[in-house]
Amino acid sequence: MKRLFTIFLNGLIVENPLFIIMIGLCSALAVTTTVANGIGMGVALTFVLVMSEVIIALFRKLIPNSIRMPIFLVVIASFTTIMDLEMKAYFPALSKSMGVFIPLVVVNCIVMGRVEAYASKQPVLNALFDGLGMGIGYTWVLIALSVVRELLGNGTLLGIQVMPSSFSPMIFFILPPGGFLVFSFWMALSNQLRKKILAGRKPEPTEDSCCTLPDIGSAEKA
Amino acid sequence: MSDLIKIFIAAFLVNNVILMRFIGLCSYIGMTSDIGQSVGMGLAVTFVTVMASAVTWPIYYWILKPNGLEFLEILVFIVVIAALVQLVEFYLKKSVPTLYHAMGIYLPLITTNCAILAVTFDQITYNYNFVQSVVFALAVSLGYLLAMLLLAGVRRRLRNSPIPSFMMDTPILFLTTSVIAVAFMGFAGLVK
Repeated sequence: MKRLFTIFLNGLIVENPLFIIMIGLCSALAVTTTVANGIGMGVALTFVLVMSEVIIALFRKLIPNSIRMPIFLVVIASFTTIMDLEMKAYFPALSKSMGVFIPLVVVNCIVMGRVEAYASKQPVLNALFDGLGMGIGYTWVLIALSVVRELLGNGTLLGIQVMPSSFSPMIFFILPPGGFLVFSFWMALSNQLRKKILAGRKPEPTEDSCCTLPDIGSAEKA
Repeated sequence: MSDLIKIFIAAFLVNNVILMRFIGLCSYIGMTSDIGQSVGMGLAVTFVTVMASAVTWPIYYWILKPNGLEFLEILVFIVVIAALVQLVEFYLKKSVPTLYHAMGIYLPLITTNCAILAVTFDQITYNYNFVQSVVFALAVSLGYLLAMLLLAGVRRRLRNSPIPSFMMDTPILFLTTSVIAVAFMGFAGLVK
């Protein structure tokens, strides 16, 4: 039980997919103009991630190693399609405001990366908790980003006016440059926090298998 | 002709794929530590995006749409792109080894590059015809190359600059990107 909890916590800060491994950035920055979008995207990704990890972990011994990538892609694409259609049916407004980023979950490196690096080698229960941890780790970052951006850029939270009426919204934070700026400061903060957590421990190397070349990636981090 | 130029400018500068739409960020951060590497990646992406666009357009309009199978587009497009990347890799390895050595190593990374898949979805959302789709794909991927080059150039300077310790490594990259994106905001309204 304790082991599962550790796996779950791993995704929250120590190996946070966005701040530490730095994968799945596109959707994180693009949809966080409002808190509702951030939560929606987080839930959508968590669903696809958990379902794909569980299914792949169940079949991990039956999948031939040489054609595993196409199989992973088909499984992930199927769950993304399910999620896309569900969103269109039950949350049409949310689905419209996120646009192309919902189908793009299929190439979100978090899903592919975790399935390849974790679920294809671990038992089902571990994969389930890893999916939940990574998914929630992704969601909290999205909420943290979107709270700042919606509050400063629009003066509202979840569509409710929070700032006094004398406050004039800074549109900058809703625009793309604001997204990069807020992300940069959150990332600096999270790195400080991680350093404190890992102060006594030796940090384990984090792997990013899908967006950098392996040898160059490790040289860059060293 | 003028509509093609409009599509090109809009996709290349005004709605730059990385700086304005955040698509393809992973490789933008991961692959720009060296200028040569970022050019190789950018060219490989350009090559595959244009091909993917030219291949998925007929599939959507001639196969999926007449049969009412539009809901399968995510599944079909990703499989087609993965297969295409694999084919291109085989072909280059066999026939054009020099080109393969220049950009072949980047090809496996491209299957999961969001920019390519986003282009194939966008060309359908925007109702582009075949020629418009290909021009759009070319413009988006050249925009990607431009953004990669800009950051790679800045990163070379960053290496020797005194950066506050809490902004070290990646936070400063995003801060830099934010400034570049502000500059790109200047293109807004260029195309009506």
